[in-house]
Amino acid sequence: MRAPVKSPPETARRAAAPARPGFVRGALTIAAKDLRAELRTKEALNASLAFSVVILLLFSFAFDPTAEQTRALAGGLLWLVFAFAGALILNRSFARELPNDCLDALIASPVSAPALYLGKALANWVLLMAVEMVSLAVFGIFYNAAWTRRFGLLVGVVALGTWALTVVGTLFSALTVNLRLRELMLPLLVYPVLIPALLAAIQLSGPLALGEPLASDMMVWLRLLAGFNLIFTALALTLAETALVG
Amino acid sequence: MNALELDDVWKFYGDFPALRQISFQVPRGACLALLGRNGAGKTTLLRILSGLMRATRGAVRVLNADPRDGAARSRIGVLGHGLALYDELSALENLTLFARLYGFNDARAVARAWLERVGLAASAGSLVREFSRGMRQRLAVARAFLHQPEVLFLDEPFTALDDRAVTTLQDLLREAVREGRTVVLSTHQLREALGLATHVALLVRGRRAYFGPRTDEMLEDPGWLYRRYGEAT
Repeated sequence: MRAPVKSPPETARRAAAPARPGFVRGALTIAAKDLRAELRTKEALNASLAFSVVILLLFSFAFDPTAEQTRALAGGLLWLVFAFAGALILNRSFARELPNDCLDALIASPVSAPALYLGKALANWVLLMAVEMVSLAVFGIFYNAAWTRRFGLLVGVVALGTWALTVVGTLFSALTVNLRLRELMLPLLVYPVLIPALLAAIQLSGPLALGEPLASDMMVWLRLLAGFNLIFTALALTLAETALVG
Repeated sequence: MNALELDDVWKFYGDFPALRQISFQVPRGACLALLGRNGAGKTTLLRILSGLMRATRGAVRVLNADPRDGAARSRIGVLGHGLALYDELSALENLTLFARLYGFNDARAVARAWLERVGLAASAGSLVREFSRGMRQRLAVARAFLHQPEVLFLDEPFTALDDRAVTTLQDLLREAVREGRTVVLSTHQLREALGLATHVALLVRGRRAYFGPRTDEMLEDPGWLYRRYGEAT
């Protein structure tokens, strides 16, 4: 015979007053959940890391670049790698929520859609930055580049460029999550929008990855990248509710 | 005071009207059995009520607020077709996550208390992917109830549940009704639903064919409602 039903847990009862987590707390909870889940499975992280390292290795063997060629190639090559490696991480961001209809439970929770979006974007940014730091080290070794000489500035530029990739990519990841061809659609939609930010990031990262200072005329690219991030972050936060609920 | 108010609600998928002109009001503390054959629009209506999608036309109020309002959502509980659990997280991590999302400061303690309640305390640290189907279902029930919602939306809650999960869910639902919470459940299992329900809504091809109190006649003959108000076939 079944044991009689116990009364609801006292702890849950005491704390049962409906509440709504703050915007930042909600976003950080989502980000922490995504990072924990990804670090446990390493599905996107391993694929993204392997892709980055292989591309950098293949390029170095294919071209055996001289110092001058490396100077010309550095920014473009790095952001080519970052952008494609990013697509692998961004594709998993909302796809991770599909099994068991987890996205429905998140949308039904009191966390606002912009906070949910921001949490996802933060987790993607952290993962992508980790992949990029490893890629930079591999780049430094195989292309004989003094990438640590302007480390602070280089990381700052990479962080800004990665946020641009993340902020646009996470929004399109939400929009394409239910498409059958989402792996194909995401890059097709994201890269055209990213062109200004990628141009700026390429221009800025090239000299910094080789340990050279930024020329004064480069500041316009930095302003473009910062402006792009501001505009698209505001736009994505505004559109998050529509992207997730309709 | 009404818990739910629907006024002339329509939902289109492309040109197809999944819901047509749905209007009714459910008082607080009621238990509404949402009935209808496959494709009648039950899931669509539940998704609109629980704030997972918007109606194309018409007004929906839950606890006198838009269901997409954050404060309203903290008072709503949803148990859908999927279990909404993360396989790569442990049972405790799953419930702690949702306790945090619902604003509990002592989220871990709340999660542990609910694991105890649904008989999963011994498996708190195990990953959900290692759970049996029945254990997952009990965990999903705990997830939906952990913030003690004032309104519960349950989509086919008894489908594919094992006997222990059915018992857990029935106990929690009876308790919810006893405590004056509002429950809306869509189901094909008429006897279970009508046994709990105070009100019944029957949808036929997206239209409201019947809405009203559950009568003794329905309880004695669960098929009567379909024969009287449903389609002939």
